[in-house]
Amino acid sequence: MDRIVVVGASAAGLTAAETLRRQGFTGTLTMVGEELRPPYDRPPLSKQILAGDWEPHKATLRPEEALQPLGLHLKLGRRATGVDPVARTVTLDDGDTADYDGLIISTGLRPRRLPFGHDLAGVHVLRTLDDTLTLRAQLLAGPRVVVIGAGFLGSEIAATARGLDLDVTLVDIEPTPLFRQVGSEVGELVAQLHRDHGVSMRLRRQVAGMSSRNGRVTAVDLDDGTRIPADVVVVAIGSVPATDWLSDSGIPLGDGVLCDPTCHVVSGVYAAGDVANWPHPTAGGRIRLEQRTNATQQAITAATNLLAGPNRALPYAPVPFGWTDHYDTKIQIHGWCPPGAHIEVVDGDLRSRRFVALYHADGRVVGALGWNSPRALLRYRARLPEPTAA
Amino acid sequence: MKITIDEDKCVGAGQCVLAAGEVFDQRDEDGIVVLLAPAPPQELWAQVEDAAARCPALAIEVEK
Repeated sequence: MDRIVVVGASAAGLTAAETLRRQGFTGTLTMVGEELRPPYDRPPLSKQILAGDWEPHKATLRPEEALQPLGLHLKLGRRATGVDPVARTVTLDDGDTADYDGLIISTGLRPRRLPFGHDLAGVHVLRTLDDTLTLRAQLLAGPRVVVIGAGFLGSEIAATARGLDLDVTLVDIEPTPLFRQVGSEVGELVAQLHRDHGVSMRLRRQVAGMSSRNGRVTAVDLDDGTRIPADVVVVAIGSVPATDWLSDSGIPLGDGVLCDPTCHVVSGVYAAGDVANWPHPTAGGRIRLEQRTNATQQAITAATNLLAGPNRALPYAPVPFGWTDHYDTKIQIHGWCPPGAHIEVVDGDLRSRRFVALYHADGRVVGALGWNSPRALLRYRARLPEPTAA
Repeated sequence: MKITIDEDKCVGAGQCVLAAGEVFDQRDEDGIVVLLAPAPPQELWAQVEDAAARCPALAIEVEK
């Protein structure tokens, strides 16, 4: 194997490149990234960077002197527009091509958008560092903020905006924030946390439209007829895998890039990170994980398997891990903590806002959640079934 | 081997403890990493490098 191309220059892409070099790949290594910035980390965007606690450069994944030894052909500010998996060539937006013996796809996500409102000034999404700095500049003007979507991202943005002492309303169709991530009991605690900090919650509500004046948003209109005045609106209603550039390429697509259990896609091609969809042995089918730890771990596996070859490739079967920071609260999740699972508090208690809960479903433990209990939580991780490939 | 920790970047995920429990621990109250062995013996180096690679905040720096 002489030439490897990595498309996507965020956490997964960079980890793949580093893993390839660490494991002795000495050939030509090209990394293509749509953004002009050197690879940076996304979890701090909605927290430290949006809050202004960190300078933007602190989110940079590796300093220049650590990137240098990788000997990358780094093509930043360039978008891959297609792949020919037969000719083994990636096409870039400037018409340039890159031939490969091995290809790693790690293009991540794009924010899902509402069918309306995004043409208005004051309406934002948050995925990139530039998105974050643009939003932060707007928040400094002291606006009334409406956040649409109370998943991890929207809920964190609402908390950060409240930390800047802004008037914040959080809207979601579900009965609690983080409902799909932690279920209703813990979700209710998150709602209480937001209320304690002065966020106005509009739950079980859908957004029907936005009002505007002179091309600038003035309010968010809900399905019950209420109108929430807004100067800044952040739409955080989830993401879609960034696979548009792969349509008609012959790369199998579904909800993301379809891999086998070893992250293998088609001959010489692997995928890792938010964009990769693969069958997980204990999840009961194909999954994608939009988690920072998954970006790293899946990239390590994909890069290792690419070098090892299909016969020696190992299945990727992680216990998923994710976390979120709101105000002074840290919530961490091993496994899955879905709505409908039965909760067993095994350490601390819900009222003290310091606890570990096991989530039971189908007669087994499927997840462990810690609320301000990082160290205690780790002890219970062993209660989760260690996934082994079938 | 010399290990350097950036506590400000640490998110308390505990991935380092899972990878190299003899070298890393976490503070009880906030989960921030505690370095048990700043200069670990050679037989633990592979684990430490794994921990540094798996840290979701890139808060562990390793020099050999």
